[in-house]
Amino acid sequence: MSVLIFVENWDGKFKKLSFELVSYGSKLAEMLGKEVIVLSIGKVDNSELEKLGKFGANRIISAFNDSINCFDSRLFTSIIAGFAKQEGAEVVILSNNNTGKAIAPRLSVNLKAGLGAGVGKLPTGISPFVVYKKVFSGNAFANLTIKSAIKVLTLAQNSFVLIETENSATILEVNVPIDQTMMQNRVIEVNKQSGKILLTDADIVVSGGRGMKSGDNWTPLLEIAELLGAATACSRPVSDEGWRPHEEHTGQTGKIIAPNLYFAIGISGATQHLAGVSSSKYIVAINTDKDAPIFSAAQYGIVGDAGKVLPKIVEALRQQKGK
Amino acid sequence: MKILVCISNVPDTTTKVKFVDSLRKLDTQGIQWVINPWDELSLTRALELKDDPLNQVQSVTVAHVGLVGAEPTIRKALAIGADDAIRINAEPTDAYFVAAQLARVIQENSYNLILCGIESSDYNGSMVGGMVAEFCEYPSISSVSAVKIENGQFIFTREIDGGKEVVTIPAPVVAIIQKGIAKEPRIAAMRGIMMARSKPLKVVEPSVAEPLTEIVAFELPKPRAACKFVDPENPAQLINLLQNEAKII
Ligand SMILES: Cc1cc2nc3c(=O)[nH]c(=O)nc-3n(C[C@H](O)[C@H](O)[C@H](O)COP(=O)(O)OP(=O)(O)OC[C@H]3O[C@@H](n4cnc5c(N)ncnc54)[C@H](O)[C@@H]3O)c2cc1C
Repeated sequence: MSVLIFVENWDGKFKKLSFELVSYGSKLAEMLGKEVIVLSIGKVDNSELEKLGKFGANRIISAFNDSINCFDSRLFTSIIAGFAKQEGAEVVILSNNNTGKAIAPRLSVNLKAGLGAGVGKLPTGISPFVVYKKVFSGNAFANLTIKSAIKVLTLAQNSFVLIETENSATILEVNVPIDQTMMQNRVIEVNKQSGKILLTDADIVVSGGRGMKSGDNWTPLLEIAELLGAATACSRPVSDEGWRPHEEHTGQTGKIIAPNLYFAIGISGATQHLAGVSSSKYIVAINTDKDAPIFSAAQYGIVGDAGKVLPKIVEALRQQKGK
Repeated sequence: MKILVCISNVPDTTTKVKFVDSLRKLDTQGIQWVINPWDELSLTRALELKDDPLNQVQSVTVAHVGLVGAEPTIRKALAIGADDAIRINAEPTDAYFVAAQLARVIQENSYNLILCGIESSDYNGSMVGGMVAEFCEYPSISSVSAVKIENGQFIFTREIDGGKEVVTIPAPVVAIIQKGIAKEPRIAAMRGIMMARSKPLKVVEPSVAEPLTEIVAFELPKPRAACKFVDPENPAQLINLLQNEAKII
């Protein structure tokens, strides 16, 4: 019996969220008294795979097949389900990112396993198996019992601390046979920006709202992001106006993020906006209206005009960094 | 070509949720129910596809698993422009149960394209679409921000980390929809509202399926500590607090 963790790779590399998954899975396996098996699909070097061992994996299965040329949720589901059955997995864990969200529901049906989506903490009980998750877009939480013998969980990004151990894992490379009829997605074009910090991965996010007044006023905000190594985001009206690209829109209908630090600049703090950012560990609000709801969600606030305050923050950051 | 849009009935997104029965049940008093925002956008896109005769879309159907109380929401979808609707008459207990019901309706009526929203704004599961696809043994594509039809083939744009991918998949296919799919949700016009009353709304009884999960209790978020205000003339103090008090930069 085991806990099986699926880790995705990005051009053969893992990310912090991969290690969060293994840390989470290892702690859960400890609660259940089970073995920790990590499954990676696609070509990844051994030196990279070994990193997973440090976070508590007992065994690593590196599955590949040269005919897999793109992500197809049906195919990936069949591969993961195959290993889950072979290894007698009692819990299967994936990230709650785009890939995990595409696979987990399919896996749930394939394994007849109840799904706990977007969990951030270890189960509050294992018999019955109860997980704690956000509902109503962060306006409430629920304790959800999973009644099936097998469980599928997706872990919210940046919600679980990395736990390094002295452990090292064995690595097994497997050339998996695949059923070609399961592979029906055909990619005809890819548009990818490289080198940019992804909004969902960023530890710090600097975000602007309608209070920025115009897309032309973004320079100091971008400078702050640059100085802090942060990603940039915006509220929905800002992307609707075309002041910023749609990828930056956070909130209920945009991206849901949980950075350590979120700057909300000229953002009123509507419930639909907070739905996407309320899991941030710290929120800093800058707003002219001292009664803006964003201040109820923030730990630090400045009541002031963004146009005047931002250049001063840039200056203060430059001084702090000695630049 | 037939399109199905799966719709969920959710509290309006500005609702201050409250619970009753020792935090075990949602207090539905005074709640305004709406079509889940992503499902509304999916429906809008399905109707846009039908508007172009080149696409040869014969019908746009909406399906909902829920009790009779959800009919105003279904009628709204008909008023916006769906041709007909199917309501599976059961309490939507969990995503697995709901998906099992939708899958049966899909298998009985064979649609070419099935659209589901990426999540419902109540239970935030991101579950039903993928589950439906697995039940039906159909391919699926998630995080879809655009869909078009070219020479009878579906062309999807999906969001990937740091960019976008354009993907084709043969029908029948389940597409799980996110932001970008349509600009603004289509609004029901007076004529649509009148017509909706006479459009077919078929009620079918559920098949046996066991829910795999159950919510045992809700909790409300803990209030955050009061905000600490910094003098706007001296933002260096903010940097100092972030560095030395919160220790996050
Ligand atoms: C179904 C639905 C889904 C939605 N989803 C989202 C979503 O995902 N994300 C999202 O963001 N919104 C979403 N919205 C919209 C949301 O309700 C708000 O309208 C939106 O978040 C407001 O954006 P804002 O804070 O930038 O603008 P506003 O509400 O206009 O706030 C601007 C703020 O800037 C302040 N300000 C003005 N001038 C200055 C200045 N010079 N310096 C500093 N501050 C200043 C003002 O005091 C005000 O607080 C959704 C709405 C609906 C109905």
